[in-house]
Amino acid sequence: MAATKKSSDASNALIELERLNVAFGRQQVLRDLSLAIPRGQTVAIIGESGCGKTVLLKNIIGLMHPTSGHVVFDGQRIDQLNDKDITTLRSRFGFLFQNAALFDSMTISENISFPLRENSRMPPEKIAQIVEHRLTQVGLPTSVLTKRPAQLSGGMRKRVGLARALAMSPEVLLYDEPTTGLDPIMSDVINELIIRTREQQSVTGVVVTHDMRTAQKVADRVVMLYPLSRLEPREPQIIFDGSPKDIMNSKDKRVAQFVRGEAGERLEEMQEQAISY
Amino acid sequence: MSTASTNSTVAEPRRGVGMAVHDSIADVGAVVVHWMETLGDMTLFMWRTLLWLFTRLPRRDTLVPAFYNIGVLSLPVVALTGTFIGMVLAVQTYSQFKQFGFETRMGALINLSMCRELGPVLAATMLAGRVGSAIAAEIGTMRVTEQIDALTSMGANPLHYLVVPRFLGCLLMIPSLTIMAIFMGVVGGWIYSVQVFGIDSYHYWNNSQQFVGNWDLFYGVFKSVFFGATIAIVSCYRGFHCDPGAEGVGRAATAAFVLSFVIIIVLDLFLSIWLDRVHEMLWPQMG
Repeated sequence: MAATKKSSDASNALIELERLNVAFGRQQVLRDLSLAIPRGQTVAIIGESGCGKTVLLKNIIGLMHPTSGHVVFDGQRIDQLNDKDITTLRSRFGFLFQNAALFDSMTISENISFPLRENSRMPPEKIAQIVEHRLTQVGLPTSVLTKRPAQLSGGMRKRVGLARALAMSPEVLLYDEPTTGLDPIMSDVINELIIRTREQQSVTGVVVTHDMRTAQKVADRVVMLYPLSRLEPREPQIIFDGSPKDIMNSKDKRVAQFVRGEAGERLEEMQEQAISY
Repeated sequence: MSTASTNSTVAEPRRGVGMAVHDSIADVGAVVVHWMETLGDMTLFMWRTLLWLFTRLPRRDTLVPAFYNIGVLSLPVVALTGTFIGMVLAVQTYSQFKQFGFETRMGALINLSMCRELGPVLAATMLAGRVGSAIAAEIGTMRVTEQIDALTSMGANPLHYLVVPRFLGCLLMIPSLTIMAIFMGVVGGWIYSVQVFGIDSYHYWNNSQQFVGNWDLFYGVFKSVFFGATIAIVSCYRGFHCDPGAEGVGRAATAAFVLSFVIIIVLDLFLSIWLDRVHEMLWPQMG
């Protein structure tokens, strides 16, 4: 039954990762990773720091390239696209970066309008309208439009980042650690915004996070990656792929430990490793 | 006894002279390979920048700030250093020329040096220090804070958006800066020679006119265009290949200046040799 569901997912997939391998020099980060994300689904990719979650996200949009394997978006292999086609394809994505990655040299208004100015020929009045709409959508007053990113708090910057990612009304939103570094209230505001965006615009979402609350709240499906350094050579890197409800009852010790946030014997292992170095 | 045996197992085995030589050669080889890779990578970077330059011109709102920052804001420091270099040349020349009674010919040497060498090299050095390091630090910070990834993800090409305006700024602004450095150096040298050493102004300019011509001005300005291109490419390249963290950004800024300066000096030699040959070809009777 599960197998049937997975194959039908793959055939309807908007994003498909096929046997993806990514290495930086001798250090392999992703190994033989295959994943299919259907249109309209919000997937949370969870896992410890350094397990390759952000690398996976950047491979989806072609900011990084796999050592082998490929990424297919809407039936097109992105490694086979020329510069112009990949630019067009990227305009169908919105990316919320870990620290928002707002342009320091620009005002908030210029930041949000950047993708519109770069990818469309809209008149400035129309662009200004969209900027104000997106800003209101993320709960920020129009008085911030003339400010610079450095003048805003972390939560505000993140919301501006989200407004910028939404500016082009993308089909897919990629979130890299959307709640990291925020207080619990602001984290929940971001979670709510992710949910509302999905409901209002029916976007496909990939949320990279190690915050279980975010994964539980915003995702239809949770995929857990495990660091290769802790796996045997032939073990799959995805150690869980299922619903947010199922992950809470997972029998896999590694998954259960992560979900509950228990270190177990990890500290002792690290100390032993440190001594052996 | 047991202590001795323990020590002998812990101590590293002694390596022969042959191995030491082998390691040294391998180290030198690794450095050479690294330099060759960097050179190739930088050439490719320049080629892609030129391709973007001829494919699509950057938007006005990226060009104007680059031109203002590179050209207008560099003008005061170039003018100031140019003036002092001219004066220093006057001081150094006077003591030598006075011995032979050639004081009135000082203008020829000062003005020729300013036009051919000191003007362009001084403007380039100032630009590499003031603008080159800032470009490397700015692009490096954008790299480590994922702003370059953000640009790419929103459909902008970082080379077209970040490098082409800075490249054009350096390329088109450095001739004006060079002319300013030359002009201020010439004025500085003349004021010092006339006011401090009491050299007759008429003879000073008359002798200068005999030895310095349009070709000498062209000589300096022509070289400066290559220096400007070098500064832009090296600085942007170092910024794009910046290591993570504050230390990485600092290193990129320093490396941008040092590498630009070294390339400028080497280029200066080869361009001077080439320009002298061109002059000989065009005007053989002038020697």
